Amino acid sequence: MYDDVFIHLKDRSKEDEVADINVNTVNKYFGDVHVIKDISLDIKSQSFTVLVGPSGCGKSTMLRMIAGLEDINSGTISIDGQVVNDLPPKQRNIAMVFQSYALYPHMTVFDNMAFGLKLEKRSKDEINERVNEAARILQIEDYLLRKPKQLSGGQRQRVAIGRAITRKPKVFLFDEPLSNLDAALRVQMRVELAKLHNELDATMIYVTHDQTEAMTLADDIVVLDTGIVSQKGSPLELYDKPNNMFVGGFIGSPKMNFMPSKILSKSADSTEVDIMGMSKISVPKLSASSSEGDAVTLGIRPEHLVVNGDSDGSWESKVFVVEKLGDVTYLYLEKDGEPLVAEAEGHSDIKVGDTVKVGFPAGRCQLFDSSNQAFK
Amino acid sequence: MKKISLSSILSQLLLLFFVIVWLIPTFGLFISSLRDKDLLAISGWWTALTTTEINEIYRMSGMEAQIEEDGYFKIKGTLFEENSGKKIESFGINSKKINEFMIGDIAIFKNESEVILDQDGNYEWRSKSEFQNKKGKRLFTTSLSPPSFTFENYREVLFKEGIGRAFVNTMAVALPSTLIPLIICSFFAYSLTWMKFFGRDTLLAIIIASLVVPLQMSLIPILSIYNDFGALFGVAAKSYPGVWMAHTGFGLASTTFLLRNFLKSLPNEMMEAAKVDGASHYDIFLRIIIPLSIPAFASIFILQFLWCWNDLLVGLVFLDQVPSEIILTAKLKELLGSRGENWEILTTGAFVSMTVPLFIFFALQRYFIRGLVAGSVKG
Ligand SMILES: Nc1ncnc2c1ncn2[C@@H]1O[C@H](COP(=O)(O)OP(=O)(O)OP(=O)(O)O)[C@@H](O)[C@H]1O
Ligand SMILES: [Mg+2]
Repeated sequence: MYDDVFIHLKDRSKEDEVADINVNTVNKYFGDVHVIKDISLDIKSQSFTVLVGPSGCGKSTMLRMIAGLEDINSGTISIDGQVVNDLPPKQRNIAMVFQSYALYPHMTVFDNMAFGLKLEKRSKDEINERVNEAARILQIEDYLLRKPKQLSGGQRQRVAIGRAITRKPKVFLFDEPLSNLDAALRVQMRVELAKLHNELDATMIYVTHDQTEAMTLADDIVVLDTGIVSQKGSPLELYDKPNNMFVGGFIGSPKMNFMPSKILSKSADSTEVDIMGMSKISVPKLSASSSEGDAVTLGIRPEHLVVNGDSDGSWESKVFVVEKLGDVTYLYLEKDGEPLVAEAEGHSDIKVGDTVKVGFPAGRCQLFDSSNQAFK
Repeated sequence: MKKISLSSILSQLLLLFFVIVWLIPTFGLFISSLRDKDLLAISGWWTALTTTEINEIYRMSGMEAQIEEDGYFKIKGTLFEENSGKKIESFGINSKKINEFMIGDIAIFKNESEVILDQDGNYEWRSKSEFQNKKGKRLFTTSLSPPSFTFENYREVLFKEGIGRAFVNTMAVALPSTLIPLIICSFFAYSLTWMKFFGRDTLLAIIIASLVVPLQMSLIPILSIYNDFGALFGVAAKSYPGVWMAHTGFGLASTTFLLRNFLKSLPNEMMEAAKVDGASHYDIFLRIIIPLSIPAFASIFILQFLWCWNDLLVGLVFLDQVPSEIILTAKLKELLGSRGENWEILTTGAFVSMTVPLFIFFALQRYFIRGLVAGSVKG
């Protein structure tokens, strides 16, 4: 607790040294393909922003444009108030960690990390000091004289991160830095990255496919969907109040269940909808653009489905797959289209073929209109 | 246990076959170059490797050599040159019966003179009456000859026939003709691979297209340009710088192409990481590309060097055929005409010209193979 306050104070004191990144109506084409569509983003200094989205949605492209590795077709990107559209990477005061490590194979770990500093013509002592400092933080002091090919994947990844931090840039860009690691190392590196963010007072932008990384590391998550920002917000905001069906489905694991439904009636503060023709529920959400009888989609997360318990709306359903994971059990319930996934307790004695009563509290579900926008 | 499949056996056999096909002529040439020139003319090189039986005809000395001793007139001498190592098995005095006598036998001629012969070819020919023969009589010997080799041919070829000088000339042509395009193509290939500029792809297309232009087509136009250009500055059109430029020009497309293929296989992200680290193109070239491209440089060096070394046409066209400029291949061609019957000169000269490719092949074969497959296989 005390620590948190301290870090916060420290952050404030350095605020003007670190970067705000403003992306303003940026467009990017690869040939005829419109990859980034009019994106605008404000990234606060010292924040940890995570970019997520399905494969091919433009996350790497976004990162590379900020880094200066990819030209922008229109719009501006500014770092710290300065427009950097035409600045080469080295003048942007950024560091990037690539998914493939991209280490220099012919150099030792030390030289890999010292490369940028040598180009800046730093003194020998300073280079030594900074490299050793980075090696200490990342716990790779023992490997400084090895070549990259003599390191394990996790060690290489740390060298790649080390190469970025020795230069003390204002902005760190990470492109799926942990995707090549095994589960245990990922967890360990994730914690180290979080520590690093606290220690370094830099702005970090991080691309990942991993839900847990996104939820745990981010101050802000930006969900990209084929070149547009679908929603930006804190992890819990995105989890609790997705703007649309895409974000609702993308954030959270297992995925949110979607059920076709329709509006039965509207009142001043809630909307009553039908549940699979078997039940109905009054959801405390509204949408001005929809009216009685409209088809809507009801979204409910597996962890919010109540099995054989008290809830607002409930119905009966048959179980056809049971997945026991120890801490939780996932039940696959019969439904038109995709099955409905419900979370039950770890030692549940529900078996395949059982009929269970499922329901959910009205406050926990989401409603999406015919154009996939969420009810507020 | 390693599995031995049929196809791997087949490929091993094929490899063995190629090794033999390649090795035997080379080895034969080498042995021939070390043999006595007279033997070279009468027997194949493989006979030089073992002790062989040879039949020869010698003539003993004539009457001037006779001395009087113990009541006989004697002519003494030896048939073989010193240290020939030959051992006589049998001999004859008549061309119809060349094996008539064994060592220790006394052979008697019609005029009643007699001859004895020992293994090493020392003979004693004696007669009661004074010899009247101007020329000695013939002896037919059958002897065993051990393998014998000599560096005489090399001495002859290198210093008397001018092959040594031609060797130096060829070096003077081949080394700069390899290094100059290598230096140019390294910059060129880098810019073609990692720099963005207008017309880059067109340039690459032109390079690839020029790979298929036959060299023969442009030799004469280039020489005539050299002539005009040389006349302008009052220098000879045919000169070392001229041949360097010609080789550079002809080699540049392929060396650039090979090197570009190699550079293309380096990971893009590594270059980008360097850019983010603050490296300029020049830094990247010097600190990353060069160290990583050593194997590629080596293999391209070998290919281009061997090409220049073995070249005849360019050397003939762009250099004068004078001792200070003639290259090995041209010299060998010249010797083939003037000394065509002197096999010892041709085999030795050929082997001298092969030494450098052989040396390069054995010393750098690792890179050589990689150079041949450059671009088709990563790594
Ligand atoms: N150099 C390029 N030339 C043409 N198209 C490209 C190029 N780079 C990326 N693209 C296209 O741009 C789109 C976005 O690519 P990008 O690499 O940003 O995706 P991503 O979100 O990082 O995906 P992933 O999660 O798989 O890494 C893709 O459809 C891709 O095919
Ligand atoms: Mg990507």
